[in-house]
Amino acid sequence: MASINETAPENSVRITVKRKTFPAIGGRDENTVLRDVSFEVAPREFVVLTGPSGCGKSTLLNIVAGLDQDYEGDIDLGPGSPRMTFIFQTPRLLPWRTIRENLMLSLPDGDLRQDNVDAMIDRVGLTEAKNAYPERTSLGMQRRAALARGFIQEPDILLMDEPFVSLDDPTAQGLRELLVDLWNSRPTTVLFVTHDRHEAVMLGTRILRLAPGSASIIADETVRLTPSDRTSRDKVQAELKRIFESPKVGVSKG
Amino acid sequence: MLPARKVTPAGATAERLLWTLASLTTLVALWSLAAAISDSRHLPGPAKVLEVLGQEAASGALWTNMSITLVRVACAFILAMLIGTVIGIVIGSYKRADQFFDSWLVLFLNLPALVIIALSYVWLGTTELTAIFAVAVNKIPNVAVQMREGARQLSRDLSEMAGVYNFGPWKTLRHVTLPQLAPFAAAAARSGLALVWKIVLVVEALGGHATGVGHQIHAAFGNYDVPTILAYALAFIVVIQIVEFGVLQPLQARVNRWRR
Repeated sequence: MASINETAPENSVRITVKRKTFPAIGGRDENTVLRDVSFEVAPREFVVLTGPSGCGKSTLLNIVAGLDQDYEGDIDLGPGSPRMTFIFQTPRLLPWRTIRENLMLSLPDGDLRQDNVDAMIDRVGLTEAKNAYPERTSLGMQRRAALARGFIQEPDILLMDEPFVSLDDPTAQGLRELLVDLWNSRPTTVLFVTHDRHEAVMLGTRILRLAPGSASIIADETVRLTPSDRTSRDKVQAELKRIFESPKVGVSKG
Repeated sequence: MLPARKVTPAGATAERLLWTLASLTTLVALWSLAAAISDSRHLPGPAKVLEVLGQEAASGALWTNMSITLVRVACAFILAMLIGTVIGIVIGSYKRADQFFDSWLVLFLNLPALVIIALSYVWLGTTELTAIFAVAVNKIPNVAVQMREGARQLSRDLSEMAGVYNFGPWKTLRHVTLPQLAPFAAAAARSGLALVWKIVLVVEALGGHATGVGHQIHAAFGNYDVPTILAYALAFIVVIQIVEFGVLQPLQARVNRWRR
Protein backbone atom coordinates (compact mmCIF):
# COMPACT_ATOMS: atom_id res chain seq x y z
CA MET A 1 0.00 0.00 0.00
CA ALA A 2 1.35 3.39 -0.92
CA SER A 3 2.09 5.60 2.00
CA ILE A 4 1.19 9.26 1.61
CA ASN A 5 3.30 10.24 4.57
CA GLU A 6 6.69 9.35 3.07
CA THR A 7 8.82 10.78 5.82
CA ALA A 8 9.14 8.28 8.62
CA PRO A 9 7.56 9.44 11.87
CA GLU A 10 10.19 10.68 14.28
CA ASN A 11 8.08 11.70 17.23
CA SER A 12 9.19 10.89 20.69
CA VAL A 13 6.75 11.36 23.53
CA ARG A 14 7.69 12.64 26.96
CA ILE A 15 5.16 11.86 29.65
CA THR A 16 5.16 13.30 33.14
CA VAL A 17 2.16 12.81 35.39
CA LYS A 18 2.82 14.08 38.90
CA ARG A 19 -0.62 13.28 40.18
CA LYS A 20 -3.97 12.18 38.85
CA THR A 21 -6.86 12.06 41.28
CA PHE A 22 -10.49 11.18 40.81
CA PRO A 23 -12.76 13.23 43.09
CA ALA A 24 -14.86 11.56 45.76
CA ILE A 25 -18.14 10.43 44.21
CA GLY A 26 -21.12 8.49 45.52
CA GLY A 27 -19.64 7.60 48.89
CA ARG A 28 -16.26 6.63 47.42
CA ASP A 29 -13.23 8.43 48.79
CA GLU A 30 -11.01 10.60 46.65
CA ASN A 31 -8.82 8.24 44.67
CA THR A 32 -5.28 8.95 43.49
CA VAL A 33 -4.66 6.60 40.56
CA LEU A 34 -1.32 7.89 39.27
CA ARG A 35 1.62 9.35 41.16
CA ASP A 36 4.98 10.41 39.73
CA VAL A 37 4.77 8.45 36.51
CA SER A 38 7.40 9.73 34.17
CA PHE A 39 8.96 8.20 31.06
CA GLU A 40 9.89 8.88 27.48
CA VAL A 41 8.91 6.90 24.42
CA ALA A 42 11.50 7.00 21.65
CA PRO A 43 10.49 7.34 17.98
CA ARG A 44 9.10 4.08 16.57
CA GLU A 45 9.30 2.38 19.92
CA PHE A 46 6.44 0.00 20.80
CA VAL A 47 5.96 0.57 24.51
CA VAL A 48 3.57 -1.65 26.44
CA LEU A 49 2.15 -0.43 29.74
CA THR A 50 1.13 -3.37 31.85
CA GLY A 51 -0.14 -3.97 35.36
CA PRO A 52 -3.16 -5.31 37.22
CA SER A 53 -6.58 -3.92 36.36
CA GLY A 54 -7.42 -0.71 38.14
CA CYS A 55 -3.78 0.39 38.28
CA GLY A 56 -4.39 3.48 36.15
CA LYS A 57 -3.08 2.32 32.76
CA SER A 58 -6.17 3.38 30.83
CA THR A 59 -6.31 6.67 32.73
CA LEU A 60 -2.72 7.37 31.70
CA LEU A 61 -3.57 6.65 28.06
CA ASN A 62 -6.61 8.97 28.20
CA ILE A 63 -4.35 11.71 29.55
CA VAL A 64 -1.84 11.22 26.72
CA ALA A 65 -4.71 11.28 24.20
CA GLY A 66 -5.95 14.56 25.63
CA LEU A 67 -9.33 13.05 26.57
CA ASP A 68 -8.65 13.68 30.25
CA GLN A 69 -7.16 17.07 30.97
CA ASP A 70 -7.66 17.17 34.71
CA TYR A 71 -4.21 16.14 36.02
CA GLU A 72 -0.95 17.57 37.30
CA GLY A 73 1.91 17.09 34.90
CA ASP A 74 2.89 17.54 31.29
CA ILE A 75 2.60 15.60 28.04
CA ASP A 76 5.13 16.57 25.37
CA LEU A 77 4.40 15.09 21.97
CA GLY A 78 7.43 16.61 20.30
CA PRO A 79 7.72 19.31 17.67
CA GLY A 80 5.00 20.19 15.18
CA SER A 81 1.54 18.73 15.48
CA PRO A 82 2.00 14.98 15.26
CA ARG A 83 -0.88 12.87 14.03
CA MET A 84 -2.20 10.91 17.00
CA THR A 85 -4.66 8.05 16.82
CA PHE A 86 -6.41 6.13 19.56
CA ILE A 87 -7.65 2.55 19.23
CA PHE A 88 -10.10 2.09 22.07
CA GLN A 89 -10.93 -0.81 24.35
CA THR A 90 -14.26 -1.23 22.58
CA PRO A 91 -14.36 -0.85 18.77
CA ARG A 92 -16.41 2.38 18.91
CA LEU A 93 -17.56 2.11 15.32
CA LEU A 94 -20.66 4.05 14.26
CA PRO A 95 -23.31 1.30 14.25
CA TRP A 96 -25.46 3.13 11.66
CA ARG A 97 -22.64 3.31 9.11
CA THR A 98 -21.13 0.34 7.27
CA ILE A 99 -17.58 -0.75 8.03
CA ARG A 100 -16.31 0.90 4.86
CA GLU A 101 -18.21 4.13 5.66
CA ASN A 102 -16.68 4.10 9.14
CA LEU A 103 -13.20 4.00 7.66
CA MET A 104 -13.97 6.69 5.08
CA LEU A 105 -15.48 8.97 7.74
CA SER A 106 -12.38 8.70 9.93
CA LEU A 107 -10.50 10.71 7.27
CA PRO A 108 -11.28 14.20 6.00
CA ASP A 109 -13.37 14.30 2.80
CA GLY A 110 -11.19 14.19 -0.28
CA ASP A 111 -8.11 13.18 1.69
CA LEU A 112 -5.65 11.10 -0.37
CA ARG A 113 -5.56 8.45 2.35
CA GLN A 114 -9.19 7.64 1.49
CA ASP A 115 -7.83 5.93 -1.65
CA ASN A 116 -6.16 3.36 0.62
CA VAL A 117 -9.35 2.38 2.44
CA ASP A 118 -10.28 -0.55 0.20
CA ALA A 119 -6.75 -1.94 0.19
CA MET A 120 -6.68 -1.69 3.99
CA ILE A 121 -10.04 -3.47 4.23
CA ASP A 122 -8.66 -6.31 2.10
CA ARG A 123 -5.50 -6.43 4.15
CA VAL A 124 -7.29 -6.87 7.49
CA GLY A 125 -9.55 -9.53 5.95
CA LEU A 126 -12.84 -7.61 5.87
CA THR A 127 -13.43 -7.71 2.10
CA GLU A 128 -16.69 -9.66 2.46
CA ALA A 129 -17.96 -7.60 5.38
CA LYS A 130 -17.08 -4.10 4.24
CA ASN A 131 -20.64 -3.13 3.35
CA ALA A 132 -22.13 -4.64 6.51
CA TYR A 133 -23.24 -2.67 9.55
CA PRO A 134 -20.81 -3.30 12.42
CA GLU A 135 -23.35 -4.86 14.77
CA ARG A 136 -24.16 -7.47 12.14
CA THR A 137 -20.55 -8.71 12.19
CA SER A 138 -18.63 -10.54 14.94
CA LEU A 139 -16.71 -8.73 17.66
CA GLY A 140 -13.48 -9.99 16.10
CA MET A 141 -14.39 -8.33 12.81
CA GLN A 142 -15.35 -5.10 14.55
CA ARG A 143 -11.96 -5.09 16.25
CA ARG A 144 -10.29 -5.65 12.89
CA ALA A 145 -12.19 -2.66 11.53
CA ALA A 146 -11.11 -0.54 14.52
CA LEU A 147 -7.48 -1.56 13.89
CA ALA A 148 -7.82 -0.72 10.20
CA ARG A 149 -9.36 2.66 11.08
CA GLY A 150 -6.37 3.41 13.32
CA PHE A 151 -3.70 2.41 10.81
CA ILE A 152 -5.35 4.08 7.80
CA GLN A 153 -4.63 7.40 9.55
CA GLU A 154 -0.87 6.75 9.10
CA PRO A 155 -0.37 8.11 12.61
CA ASP A 156 2.86 9.41 14.09
CA ILE A 157 1.74 8.30 17.51
CA LEU A 158 -0.60 5.37 18.03
CA LEU A 159 -2.32 4.76 21.38
CA MET A 160 -4.04 1.43 22.05
CA ASP A 161 -6.09 0.54 25.12
CA GLU A 162 -6.50 -3.24 25.40
CA PRO A 163 -7.87 -3.47 21.87
CA PHE A 164 -8.11 -7.30 21.95
CA VAL A 165 -10.02 -7.97 25.19
CA SER A 166 -13.15 -10.16 25.29
CA LEU A 167 -12.06 -12.24 22.31
CA ASP A 168 -11.45 -15.98 22.32
CA ASP A 169 -7.77 -16.87 22.27
CA PRO A 170 -7.32 -17.86 18.60
CA THR A 171 -9.17 -14.73 17.43
CA ALA A 172 -7.10 -12.51 19.72
CA GLN A 173 -3.91 -14.21 18.53
CA GLY A 174 -4.91 -13.63 14.90
CA LEU A 175 -5.43 -9.95 15.61
CA ARG A 176 -2.08 -9.65 17.41
CA GLU A 177 -0.35 -11.16 14.38
CA LEU A 178 -2.19 -8.69 12.17
CA LEU A 179 -1.05 -5.82 14.41
CA VAL A 180 2.60 -7.01 14.27
CA ASP A 181 2.31 -7.20 10.49
CA LEU A 182 0.77 -3.71 10.16
CA TRP A 183 3.29 -2.19 12.52
CA ASN A 184 6.28 -3.86 10.80
CA SER A 185 5.24 -2.43 7.45
CA ARG A 186 4.93 1.04 8.94
CA PRO A 187 6.61 1.31 12.34
CA THR A 188 5.26 4.19 14.37
CA THR A 189 5.53 5.32 17.98
CA VAL A 190 3.16 3.16 20.00
CA LEU A 191 1.85 3.23 23.54
CA PHE A 192 -0.11 0.03 24.19
CA VAL A 193 -2.01 -0.84 27.37
CA THR A 194 -2.74 -4.43 28.40
CA HIS A 195 -2.97 -6.62 31.49
CA ASP A 196 -2.11 -9.71 29.39
CA ARG A 197 1.59 -10.53 29.90
CA HIS A 198 1.84 -12.80 26.88
CA GLU A 199 0.38 -10.06 24.69
CA ALA A 200 2.78 -7.52 26.21
CA VAL A 201 5.86 -9.60 25.38
CA MET A 202 4.67 -10.63 21.95
CA LEU A 203 3.96 -7.06 20.81
CA GLY A 204 6.23 -4.69 22.70
CA THR A 205 9.80 -3.62 22.17
CA ARG A 206 9.75 -2.30 25.73
CA ILE A 207 7.56 -3.07 28.72
CA LEU A 208 6.71 -0.71 31.57
CA ARG A 209 5.13 -2.37 34.58
CA LEU A 210 2.86 -0.29 36.78
CA ALA A 211 2.29 -1.10 40.44
CA PRO A 212 -1.24 -1.54 41.74
CA GLY A 213 -2.73 1.16 43.90
CA SER A 214 -1.44 4.66 43.29
CA ALA A 215 0.46 3.54 40.27
CA SER A 216 4.06 4.30 39.57
CA ILE A 217 6.47 2.44 37.33
CA ILE A 218 8.10 -0.54 39.06
CA ALA A 219 10.00 -2.01 36.13
CA ASP A 220 11.24 -0.89 32.71
CA GLU A 221 12.37 -3.78 30.52
CA THR A 222 13.50 -4.06 26.93
CA VAL A 223 12.02 -7.03 25.08
CA ARG A 224 14.74 -9.09 23.42
CA LEU A 225 12.87 -10.72 20.56
CA THR A 226 13.36 -10.53 16.81
CA PRO A 227 10.24 -10.03 14.66
CA SER A 228 10.24 -13.73 13.72
CA ASP A 229 10.60 -14.76 17.40
CA ARG A 230 7.32 -13.02 18.13
CA THR A 231 5.23 -15.56 16.27
CA SER A 232 6.77 -18.41 18.28
CA ARG A 233 4.82 -19.17 21.41
CA ASP A 234 7.83 -20.79 23.12
CA LYS A 235 10.17 -17.88 22.57
CA VAL A 236 7.55 -15.42 23.78
CA GLN A 237 6.95 -17.62 26.82
CA ALA A 238 10.68 -17.77 27.66
CA GLU A 239 11.00 -14.00 27.38
CA LEU A 240 7.89 -13.55 29.51
CA LYS A 241 9.54 -15.69 32.23
CA ARG A 242 12.71 -13.60 32.03
CA ILE A 243 10.86 -10.30 32.34
CA PHE A 244 8.09 -11.07 34.81
CA GLU A 245 9.43 -13.93 36.92
CA SER A 246 13.09 -13.03 37.47
CA PRO A 247 13.83 -12.49 41.19
CA LYS A 248 15.19 -8.98 40.80
CA VAL A 249 12.64 -6.28 40.14
CA GLY A 250 14.12 -3.36 38.29
CA VAL A 251 13.59 0.13 39.58
CA SER A 252 12.22 2.85 37.37
CA LYS A 253 14.94 4.48 35.34
CA GLY A 254 12.92 7.67 35.74
CA MET B 1 -41.06 -0.06 17.21
CA LEU B 2 -40.15 -3.72 16.75
CA PRO B 3 -42.30 -5.10 13.95
CA ALA B 4 -41.48 -2.48 11.32
CA ARG B 5 -37.80 -3.27 11.07
CA LYS B 6 -38.15 -7.03 10.68
CA VAL B 7 -38.13 -8.26 7.10
CA THR B 8 -41.42 -10.13 6.89
CA PRO B 9 -41.70 -13.02 4.46
CA ALA B 10 -44.54 -12.70 1.95
CA GLY B 11 -46.54 -15.49 3.62
CA ALA B 12 -46.53 -13.79 6.98
CA THR B 13 -47.63 -10.49 5.42
CA ALA B 14 -50.53 -12.19 3.65
CA GLU B 15 -51.58 -13.85 6.88
CA ARG B 16 -51.44 -10.56 8.75
CA LEU B 17 -53.55 -8.85 6.07
CA LEU B 18 -56.09 -11.65 6.26
CA TRP B 19 -56.40 -11.17 10.02
CA THR B 20 -56.83 -7.43 9.65
CA LEU B 21 -59.50 -7.97 6.99
CA ALA B 22 -61.36 -10.49 9.15
CA SER B 23 -61.19 -8.17 12.14
CA LEU B 24 -62.49 -5.15 10.20
CA THR B 25 -65.27 -7.19 8.57
CA THR B 26 -66.41 -8.34 12.00
CA LEU B 27 -66.43 -4.75 13.24
CA VAL B 28 -68.58 -3.60 10.31
CA ALA B 29 -70.93 -6.54 10.84
CA LEU B 30 -71.33 -5.71 14.53
CA TRP B 31 -71.92 -2.09 13.62
CA SER B 32 -74.67 -3.04 11.13
CA LEU B 33 -76.26 -5.32 13.69
CA ALA B 34 -76.23 -2.64 16.39
CA ALA B 35 -77.65 -0.09 13.94
CA ALA B 36 -80.44 -2.50 12.91
CA ILE B 37 -81.68 -3.12 16.43
CA SER B 38 -81.28 0.45 17.72
CA ASP B 39 -82.79 3.77 16.71
CA SER B 40 -81.20 4.48 13.33
CA ARG B 41 -81.22 8.21 14.04
CA HIS B 42 -78.69 7.78 16.87
CA LEU B 43 -76.66 5.02 15.25
CA PRO B 44 -76.89 4.89 11.45
CA GLY B 45 -75.58 1.77 9.72
CA PRO B 46 -72.50 1.64 7.45
CA ALA B 47 -74.60 2.04 4.29
CA LYS B 48 -76.11 5.30 5.51
CA VAL B 49 -72.72 6.68 6.57
CA LEU B 50 -71.20 5.81 3.20
CA GLU B 51 -74.12 7.52 1.46
CA VAL B 52 -73.52 10.74 3.42
CA LEU B 53 -69.81 10.45 2.71
CA GLY B 54 -70.63 10.22 -0.98
CA GLN B 55 -72.85 13.31 -0.81
CA GLU B 56 -70.21 15.34 1.01
CA ALA B 57 -67.59 14.26 -1.52
CA ALA B 58 -69.86 15.12 -4.45
CA SER B 59 -70.62 18.60 -3.11
CA GLY B 60 -66.92 19.26 -2.59
CA ALA B 61 -67.39 20.00 1.13
CA LEU B 62 -65.43 16.89 2.12
CA TRP B 63 -62.31 17.93 0.17
CA THR B 64 -62.43 21.56 1.28
CA ASN B 65 -62.80 20.72 4.95
CA MET B 66 -60.36 17.81 4.89
CA SER B 67 -57.66 19.78 3.14
CA ILE B 68 -57.93 22.82 5.41
CA THR B 69 -57.77 20.57 8.48
CA LEU B 70 -54.82 18.62 7.09
CA VAL B 71 -52.92 21.85 6.43
CA ARG B 72 -53.52 22.84 10.06
CA VAL B 73 -52.37 19.40 11.22
CA ALA B 74 -49.22 19.62 9.10
CA CYS B 75 -48.29 23.12 10.28
CA ALA B 76 -48.91 22.35 13.95
CA PHE B 77 -47.09 19.03 13.66
CA ILE B 78 -43.98 20.53 12.03
CA LEU B 79 -43.93 23.45 14.45
CA ALA B 80 -44.27 21.16 17.48
CA MET B 81 -41.56 18.80 16.21
CA LEU B 82 -39.09 21.62 15.55
CA ILE B 83 -39.60 23.52 18.80
CA GLY B 84 -39.95 20.37 20.91
CA THR B 85 -36.77 18.90 19.43
CA VAL B 86 -34.70 22.00 20.14
CA ILE B 87 -36.01 22.26 23.72
CA GLY B 88 -35.50 18.53 24.30
CA ILE B 89 -31.92 18.53 23.03
CA VAL B 90 -30.97 21.58 25.07
CA ILE B 91 -32.38 20.32 28.37
CA GLY B 92 -31.11 16.81 27.68
CA SER B 93 -27.58 18.07 27.06
CA TYR B 94 -27.18 20.57 29.88
CA LYS B 95 -27.87 19.38 33.38
CA ARG B 96 -28.47 22.89 34.68
CA ALA B 97 -31.08 23.59 32.00
CA ASP B 98 -32.79 20.31 32.87
CA GLN B 99 -32.90 21.13 36.56
CA PHE B 100 -34.33 24.54 35.83
CA PHE B 101 -36.87 23.69 33.13
CA ASP B 102 -38.00 20.28 34.39
CA SER B 103 -40.82 21.77 36.48
CA TRP B 104 -41.97 23.90 33.54
CA LEU B 105 -42.14 20.79 31.42
CA VAL B 106 -44.15 18.93 34.06
CA LEU B 107 -46.53 21.89 34.24
CA PHE B 108 -47.12 22.00 30.49
CA LEU B 109 -47.43 18.22 30.28
CA ASN B 110 -50.24 18.31 32.81
CA LEU B 111 -51.99 21.38 31.48
CA PRO B 112 -55.32 20.14 30.04
CA ALA B 113 -55.62 20.61 26.28
CA LEU B 114 -58.89 22.47 26.78
CA VAL B 115 -57.20 25.08 28.98
CA ILE B 116 -54.48 25.73 26.39
CA ILE B 117 -57.09 26.02 23.65
CA ALA B 118 -59.37 28.33 25.62
CA LEU B 119 -56.54 30.64 26.69
CA SER B 120 -55.08 30.73 23.17
CA TYR B 121 -58.37 32.07 21.78
CA VAL B 122 -58.83 34.51 24.65
CA TRP B 123 -55.32 35.93 24.18
CA LEU B 124 -54.84 35.67 20.43
CA GLY B 125 -58.38 35.83 19.05
CA THR B 126 -59.87 33.68 16.30
CA THR B 127 -57.18 33.54 13.67
CA GLU B 128 -55.63 30.78 11.63
CA LEU B 129 -52.41 31.09 13.62
CA THR B 130 -54.24 30.66 16.90
CA ALA B 131 -55.48 27.23 15.82
CA ILE B 132 -51.99 26.12 14.81
CA PHE B 133 -50.41 27.60 17.93
CA ALA B 134 -52.93 25.98 20.28
CA VAL B 135 -52.40 22.55 18.75
CA ALA B 136 -48.60 22.89 18.68
CA VAL B 137 -48.40 23.97 22.33
CA ASN B 138 -50.34 20.86 23.30
CA LYS B 139 -47.79 18.65 21.55
CA ILE B 140 -44.47 20.41 22.28
CA PRO B 141 -43.97 19.06 25.84
CA ASN B 142 -44.34 15.46 24.63
CA VAL B 143 -41.80 15.95 21.86
CA ALA B 144 -39.43 17.70 24.28
CA VAL B 145 -39.63 14.85 26.80
CA GLN B 146 -38.88 12.19 24.17
CA MET B 147 -36.01 14.15 22.64
CA ARG B 148 -34.60 14.88 26.08
CA GLU B 149 -34.38 11.13 26.65
CA GLY B 150 -32.54 10.79 23.34
CA ALA B 151 -30.09 13.57 24.19
CA ARG B 152 -29.43 12.05 27.60
CA GLN B 153 -28.51 8.76 26.01
CA LEU B 154 -26.00 10.22 23.56
CA SER B 155 -22.89 8.06 23.70
CA ARG B 156 -19.83 9.62 25.26
CA ASP B 157 -17.71 6.86 23.74
CA LEU B 158 -18.70 7.89 20.25
CA SER B 159 -18.24 11.61 20.83
CA GLU B 160 -14.71 10.89 22.14
CA MET B 161 -14.11 8.81 19.02
CA ALA B 162 -15.34 11.68 16.84
CA GLY B 163 -12.93 14.00 18.67
CA VAL B 164 -9.93 11.69 18.28
CA TYR B 165 -10.64 11.23 14.56
CA ASN B 166 -11.15 14.99 14.04
CA PHE B 167 -14.74 14.79 12.81
CA GLY B 168 -15.44 18.48 13.41
CA PRO B 169 -18.89 19.89 14.31
CA TRP B 170 -20.75 19.26 11.03
CA LYS B 171 -19.60 15.66 10.53
CA THR B 172 -20.24 14.92 14.22
CA LEU B 173 -23.79 16.27 13.98
CA ARG B 174 -24.61 14.39 10.79
CA HIS B 175 -22.95 11.04 11.42
CA VAL B 176 -22.74 10.76 15.22
CA THR B 177 -25.44 12.85 16.93
CA LEU B 178 -28.45 12.85 14.59
CA PRO B 179 -28.43 9.08 13.95
CA GLN B 180 -28.63 8.57 17.71
CA LEU B 181 -31.58 10.97 17.99
CA ALA B 182 -33.44 9.71 14.91
CA PRO B 183 -35.24 6.79 16.61
CA PHE B 184 -36.49 9.16 19.31
CA ALA B 185 -37.63 11.68 16.70
CA ALA B 186 -39.44 8.94 14.76
CA ALA B 187 -41.22 7.74 17.90
CA ALA B 188 -42.16 11.33 18.79
CA ALA B 189 -43.48 11.87 15.26
CA ARG B 190 -45.73 8.81 15.40
CA SER B 191 -47.21 9.53 18.79
CA GLY B 192 -47.32 13.21 17.81
CA LEU B 193 -49.45 12.71 14.73
CA ALA B 194 -52.01 10.72 16.72
CA LEU B 195 -52.27 13.50 19.30
CA VAL B 196 -52.25 16.43 16.88
CA TRP B 197 -55.05 15.26 14.64
CA LYS B 198 -57.35 14.61 17.60
CA ILE B 199 -56.69 17.98 19.16
CA VAL B 200 -57.00 19.89 15.92
CA LEU B 201 -60.67 18.87 15.63
CA VAL B 202 -61.39 20.14 19.14
CA VAL B 203 -59.63 23.41 18.34
CA GLU B 204 -61.67 23.86 15.16
CA ALA B 205 -64.91 23.16 17.01
CA LEU B 206 -64.20 25.46 19.94
CA GLY B 207 -62.45 28.25 18.07
CA GLY B 208 -65.45 29.14 15.96
CA HIS B 209 -63.65 28.55 12.67
CA ALA B 210 -65.95 28.46 9.64
CA THR B 211 -64.13 25.59 7.97
CA GLY B 212 -62.46 22.30 8.80
CA VAL B 213 -63.52 18.83 9.80
CA GLY B 214 -63.86 19.93 13.43
CA HIS B 215 -66.25 22.69 12.40
CA GLN B 216 -68.33 20.26 10.28
CA ILE B 217 -68.58 17.77 13.12
CA HIS B 218 -69.49 20.52 15.54
CA ALA B 219 -72.22 21.80 13.22
CA ALA B 220 -73.53 18.28 12.69
CA PHE B 221 -73.60 17.77 16.43
CA GLY B 222 -75.81 20.86 16.74
CA ASN B 223 -78.31 19.21 14.35
CA TYR B 224 -78.02 15.70 15.87
CA ASP B 225 -76.71 14.68 12.48
CA VAL B 226 -74.90 11.47 13.47
CA PRO B 227 -74.30 10.18 9.91
CA THR B 228 -72.26 13.29 9.05
CA ILE B 229 -70.22 13.00 12.26
CA LEU B 230 -69.39 9.39 11.45
CA ALA B 231 -68.71 10.13 7.79
CA TYR B 232 -66.09 12.76 8.59
CA ALA B 233 -64.56 10.65 11.33
CA LEU B 234 -64.23 7.74 8.94
CA ALA B 235 -62.66 9.84 6.20
CA PHE B 236 -60.19 11.33 8.62
CA ILE B 237 -59.15 7.98 10.11
CA VAL B 238 -58.43 6.68 6.62
CA VAL B 239 -56.23 9.66 5.73
CA ILE B 240 -54.25 9.52 8.98
CA GLN B 241 -53.70 5.77 8.58
CA ILE B 242 -52.38 6.36 5.06
CA VAL B 243 -49.85 8.85 6.49
CA GLU B 244 -48.98 6.42 9.27
CA PHE B 245 -48.34 3.41 7.02
CA GLY B 246 -47.11 5.29 3.99
CA VAL B 247 -44.74 7.77 5.64
CA LEU B 248 -44.09 7.34 9.35
CA GLN B 249 -43.67 3.58 9.59
CA PRO B 250 -41.26 3.35 6.63
CA LEU B 251 -39.36 6.30 8.13
CA GLN B 252 -39.08 4.55 11.46
CA ALA B 253 -37.94 1.32 9.80
CA ARG B 254 -35.32 3.27 7.89
CA VAL B 255 -33.76 4.98 10.88
CA ASN B 256 -33.54 1.61 12.65
CA ARG B 257 -32.29 -0.45 9.72
CA TRP B 258 -28.74 -0.89 11.03
CA ARG B 259 -29.89 -2.67 14.18
CA ARG B 260 -29.28 -6.39 14.59
